[in-house]
Amino acid sequence: MKAFAELLEQLILTSSRNKKVDYLAQYFAKTPDPDRGLALAAITRDLSLRHVKSSLVKQNVLERVDPKLFALSYDYVGDLGETVALIWPETVSGELPSVKDFIAFLEDTPKAELPALFSDLMDLATPNERWAMIKMITGGLRVGVSARLAKTALAKYGNVELQEIEEIWHGLTIPYLKLFAWLDGKTDKPQIKHTETFHPLMLSNPVDEIKDFEKLSEADFAAEWKWDGIRVQLVFNEDTQRMFSRTGDDISHTFPDLTESLNGAAVLDGELLVGKDMEPLPFNNLQQRLNRKTIVKKHLKDYPAFVRVYDILFDGEEDLRTLPWQERRARLESWMESHDNKRLSLSELIPFKSWEELKKIREKGAEEQGHEGIMLKRKTSVYEPGRPKGPWYKWKRDARLVDAVLMYAQRGHGKRSSFYSDYTFGVWKGNEIVPIGKAYFGFTDQELKQLDKWVRANTIQRFGPVREVKKELVFEVAFDSAHVSPRHKSGIALRFPRINRIRWDKPAQEAETLDGMQFFVEGQSDS
Amino acid sequence: MKPSRLAIITHGHADHARPGHDHVIATPDTIEIIKRRYGENCAKTFEALEYGVEKKIKDVTISLHPAGHVLGSAQVLLQYQGYRAVMTGDYKARPDSTCAPFEVVPCDLFVTEATFGLPVFQHPDSADEIKKLLKAREEQPERAFLIGAYALGKAQRVIKLIREEGYDRPIYIHGALKKLCEFYQERGINLGELRSPTGLKKDDFHGEIVVGPPSALKDQWSRRFPDPVVAYASGWMTIKQRARQSGVELPLVISDHADWNELTETIKATGASKIWVTHGREDALVHYCRSIGLEAEPLYLQGRDDEED
Ligand SMILES: [Zn+2]
Ligand SMILES: [Zn+2]
Repeated sequence: MKAFAELLEQLILTSSRNKKVDYLAQYFAKTPDPDRGLALAAITRDLSLRHVKSSLVKQNVLERVDPKLFALSYDYVGDLGETVALIWPETVSGELPSVKDFIAFLEDTPKAELPALFSDLMDLATPNERWAMIKMITGGLRVGVSARLAKTALAKYGNVELQEIEEIWHGLTIPYLKLFAWLDGKTDKPQIKHTETFHPLMLSNPVDEIKDFEKLSEADFAAEWKWDGIRVQLVFNEDTQRMFSRTGDDISHTFPDLTESLNGAAVLDGELLVGKDMEPLPFNNLQQRLNRKTIVKKHLKDYPAFVRVYDILFDGEEDLRTLPWQERRARLESWMESHDNKRLSLSELIPFKSWEELKKIREKGAEEQGHEGIMLKRKTSVYEPGRPKGPWYKWKRDARLVDAVLMYAQRGHGKRSSFYSDYTFGVWKGNEIVPIGKAYFGFTDQELKQLDKWVRANTIQRFGPVREVKKELVFEVAFDSAHVSPRHKSGIALRFPRINRIRWDKPAQEAETLDGMQFFVEGQSDS
Repeated sequence: MKPSRLAIITHGHADHARPGHDHVIATPDTIEIIKRRYGENCAKTFEALEYGVEKKIKDVTISLHPAGHVLGSAQVLLQYQGYRAVMTGDYKARPDSTCAPFEVVPCDLFVTEATFGLPVFQHPDSADEIKKLLKAREEQPERAFLIGAYALGKAQRVIKLIREEGYDRPIYIHGALKKLCEFYQERGINLGELRSPTGLKKDDFHGEIVVGPPSALKDQWSRRFPDPVVAYASGWMTIKQRARQSGVELPLVISDHADWNELTETIKATGASKIWVTHGREDALVHYCRSIGLEAEPLYLQGRDDEED
């Protein structure tokens, strides 16, 4: 526990990614199994511990410290865990349990005895160790280490390629004994079953119509619709059938109708959608089924899930990722033909001769079917995890534009903290302006200064870092889509709003109205 | 704080010692320190008063007693017809080999500072903090270790503590620390070999320890060192968030002020029945004193700012 607490402090106090990697690698080198693996899982928040409520922690400390002194201290420090760690009356420090034993204590101790266990541990620890333990048991351990950074540290520690770790990561289990044995050079790389683990996805880059199309040749690319669902990976064989989100979260349990339908053995890449007879409904309908703990029977009936499949990574255990896209596509088509899956359909290819023609198809698709855009895939591209530049592009439909009125300005962060660079804007609803979104300024410093000056000169009220301004300045705001949102006063939420232009020339009276906005709004409310 | 005709100065920190008084009474070391900081003529006349020597001013007898804060620091005892009042100035009760140890002065009225007057401030053993520094240095020998420490007292104490852990390489100091380090050395406090980093190359500082005032940690000056580990020796470093916000990678909780336990123990030890609390977290310490049956009031002094640590 001592070494772990030290590591956490180091991780918190350095903002440098490289140093975090170094600190982690050093910790792996000096810490035995299974502590290092458990610590790793705790840091990446993959370890599900039995949590103790922070109220228990507080109650415990109040048995030792005057409540008023505690309140004043908490007010000053601002973090409960840290306040308790520091205020705990000084005791003789002793030997703390290992990370493994600490976890075992937590798991095995009957509920009634938890407070006693907690105070025993606190008595033995230094403030820093108390802090680490409190954060672990209350589930508040955040030290700025992403899974990616942790894997980078593992790669550095074992002197292997990050890619090799990524490849097997999802097949590993806590406390990663096989992984460390391999990194220590004691065993071969752990074998994993490809049809039972998640594989990192290949992602696309947005196409720049002006720059890219000049250089790209139509004949080198295949086009597909960009489906408006969520990207998933289907991983299944005779024993297990699972579905993962693009980040590798297992979402099988939320969509049993889909996972139960899978037969054969493969790893497929596609878009999860809902709709009867595999006809996709707008995204909002899918959203009703996401992030639910329990399955709503009506949803299974009204919003049956299906996947529009566009790539095959493994056919059985055969790795197809090094084949060119064109060959994978042929393998995918024949796989689909030979497997009768009621919830899988092939994402069709869009035939086209020129970018000009494809542009028309894309515009028509957006207007008539509400398609989000088009995906372009280089026919020779191998399946390369990450976001390589060149092989895959997404060509989204044009952003929507709206003229909105500036309402509030807030000071920015970092380099721009002295400027008002964060703006809330709205549209007319009768005689008042109601907010529809918020965006940062994305333009030149010159314009920013000009705008900042305007804000200062036209302030009507101040609330801390926020200034309310006269409703006189118009912004042309671009956004990807608009949705119904009961949480916003206007009832509308914009997806990816950004300020396109400042319309110094345009009078506020000519800005958009809320009624006019309804034209852009898609789907119905989700709650 | 306006200049006065007569000022008793407890120690040389800027928030306690101002130039421009007519007559200054202080310990010989404090007088020497303020002369070096503010110039020979920063007061019209000086009167050195050794620890424990009584001096009568009209009906009041005054004497100075070690406060254990920095070299020369003193508490002021005022006696009037048998009634004893002590003003601590800044103090700490734990050992510090760069100044005379704090002395408990029994009194009726105890006017105490409260810089770290919250029970979250329980300063660890300073030697352990230095061990942390030396361990980090062994683990990252290619980096320089840049310690921010207040120019009077803290810097010299940190250097002394490092020496006490057996570190005998030269220690590099910022120009702003030079005069005071020299004075400490003259007073027989052995700080070992101190060097100026000026004129050396980046590569000369791998694994070296450099001490500078806190304000220098972030400015141009710090860029001459290779990938420095920024350390800061201060009681405030107790709070992680505070360390993090100031960009400190290696917080060293080393304070020249009494922590909560020292404050409460000292209050009890003086036997005072009346406590006035000032210079920090008055609310918590007043609450504590009242909870153990002492009469206590917050005392909000004029002219407080720029608290050192
Ligand atoms: Zn002081
Ligand atoms: Zn002070």
